[in-house]
Amino acid sequence: MFRPRSEARRPSVAVTVEGRRIAVPVGASAAAAVLAAGFDSIRETAGGRERMPFCMMGVCFDCLVEIDDVPNRQSCMVEVRDGMRIRRQIGARRTHPVAG
Amino acid sequence: MTVELAIIGAGPAGMAAAVLAGELGLDTVLVDEQNSPGGQVYRAIERAAPDTPLGPDYLAGRPLAAALRASRVDYRPNTTLWHVDPDGTLFLENAGHTETVTARRILLATGAIERPVPIPGWTLPGVMTAGAAQTLLKTADLVPEGRVVLAGQGPLLYLVATQLARAGAPPGAILETAPLDNYLDAARYLGSLWPGRRLLTRGLGLVAAIKRAGVPIRRGVRGIRAVGRRRVDRVAWEGGELAANYLLLHEGVIPNIQISLALQLRHEWDETQLCWRPALDAWGQTSLPNIAVAGDCGGIAGAEAAVLTGRLAALDAALWLGHIGEAERDSRARPIQAALDRERALRPFLDRLYRPTRSVMVPAEDDIIVCRCEEVSVGRIRRAARLGATGPNQLKAFTRCGMGPCQGRICGPVVAAIIADVHRRPIAEIGTYRPRAPFKPITVGALADLEIPRCAATTKGETTR
Repeated sequence: MFRPRSEARRPSVAVTVEGRRIAVPVGASAAAAVLAAGFDSIRETAGGRERMPFCMMGVCFDCLVEIDDVPNRQSCMVEVRDGMRIRRQIGARRTHPVAG
Repeated sequence: MTVELAIIGAGPAGMAAAVLAGELGLDTVLVDEQNSPGGQVYRAIERAAPDTPLGPDYLAGRPLAAALRASRVDYRPNTTLWHVDPDGTLFLENAGHTETVTARRILLATGAIERPVPIPGWTLPGVMTAGAAQTLLKTADLVPEGRVVLAGQGPLLYLVATQLARAGAPPGAILETAPLDNYLDAARYLGSLWPGRRLLTRGLGLVAAIKRAGVPIRRGVRGIRAVGRRRVDRVAWEGGELAANYLLLHEGVIPNIQISLALQLRHEWDETQLCWRPALDAWGQTSLPNIAVAGDCGGIAGAEAAVLTGRLAALDAALWLGHIGEAERDSRARPIQAALDRERALRPFLDRLYRPTRSVMVPAEDDIIVCRCEEVSVGRIRRAARLGATGPNQLKAFTRCGMGPCQGRICGPVVAAIIADVHRRPIAEIGTYRPRAPFKPITVGALADLEIPRCAATTKGETTR
């Protein structure tokens, strides 16, 4: 996992990753939150293999997650906000019929 | 909305170009995906503490960002360019909404990306790029916990090692992949060491700092592989292995040409830097009259050179748009060009010293994944090439390689090199993927709220009839 460096003095923001509340430094991306939360994978590929963020700069798309119910977000490009809900993405995306 | 100049990317080149364009009176918009200026090299610079472990070269980006904030440039953070027409119409997405902006002139300052490093196990959790770890330190003060191994070559690898050490997370080892031959080849360019001494001193300082921090450097390492079941737990190479919780890979950077390719600008294969780059004149002018390129997108030369090419492109834009005359452009450009020559002096030496080995370009083992999105292996790409796929675009249809969400950003260079190897032709003849809009995934909602007056009128007419 990733941890704050020892002399870091940033205020933190509270988010949930897979329903677990964690505090992450201001300025962190949603992908950084998953790394800081100690998860070993952020998504599974369509082939069922686990992945974590690779490039952290919007190139590789290995950090695709669901953020506040919106799937396929590039989590390294989204800064955390208080109360943000981050969920892992498993397998290929499906299209869901929208109610109403 | 119509502007004179639209700049894409708020890194060193984009910021410098925007500030100067603003000063020269050009009506300028600067579009950037990040939420603050700086690009990757000066990422999150406005939040940096004066004693940051990232060091003084990082803090050098501060005045640029401040100058941008003080300028009258229309700076648009959190904004994704997802399509651009060669006539200058930009399709911009921000917070789920699309807006079009028409620019008389476009400057692409999209920077560089890290070269893909397709080794066995590079898709395992715990394997990242060295730049990714640096981004986590820049944006959130986060460092990797446990045993960290850095592998590869290039200035950034050493920079990240010293930064991690200063941040209290020294790497356990650096595995340098530059072969001995590179040192011999680079030695032919010793003449560039004196004009390039400032950069050279900085590089030597990095290596000294790594040694002071007690980080062992192993040179001439070959056959690196990440090993582990659910995530990396060790790094193995020919003749050794180490336990590792994180493996950080880096084999240099290459131009980020996703947008310049989509615009079908003329590109050239750079046989020294082993990458494609848009063909440019001395001002950054591309093969399309209204589009220019500045910074590392046009060829790798580093942040300081990017600032200078950004300024040259701004001067040329001012001439092109009628704000200054040719004499003024040239006289203002002279000191910038002289500084650029000094900045580029060490390049021939560095480019040869850190030239990636063949195994980085064309991975030897068939089961190595090349396309991380669609999980396409070296073996499948080789088979498709043997079956007759002559280029990356045709190979997509054979294998789905490059058809995942990253749109070939990661696998593109490797796929072309493998096809070239199978057909025994130069990469320059194999070509590149042809990226298409949307450059980044957008929602149907963002697409639907696009206002296209002509289309709307037609639709209305049809329904009333």
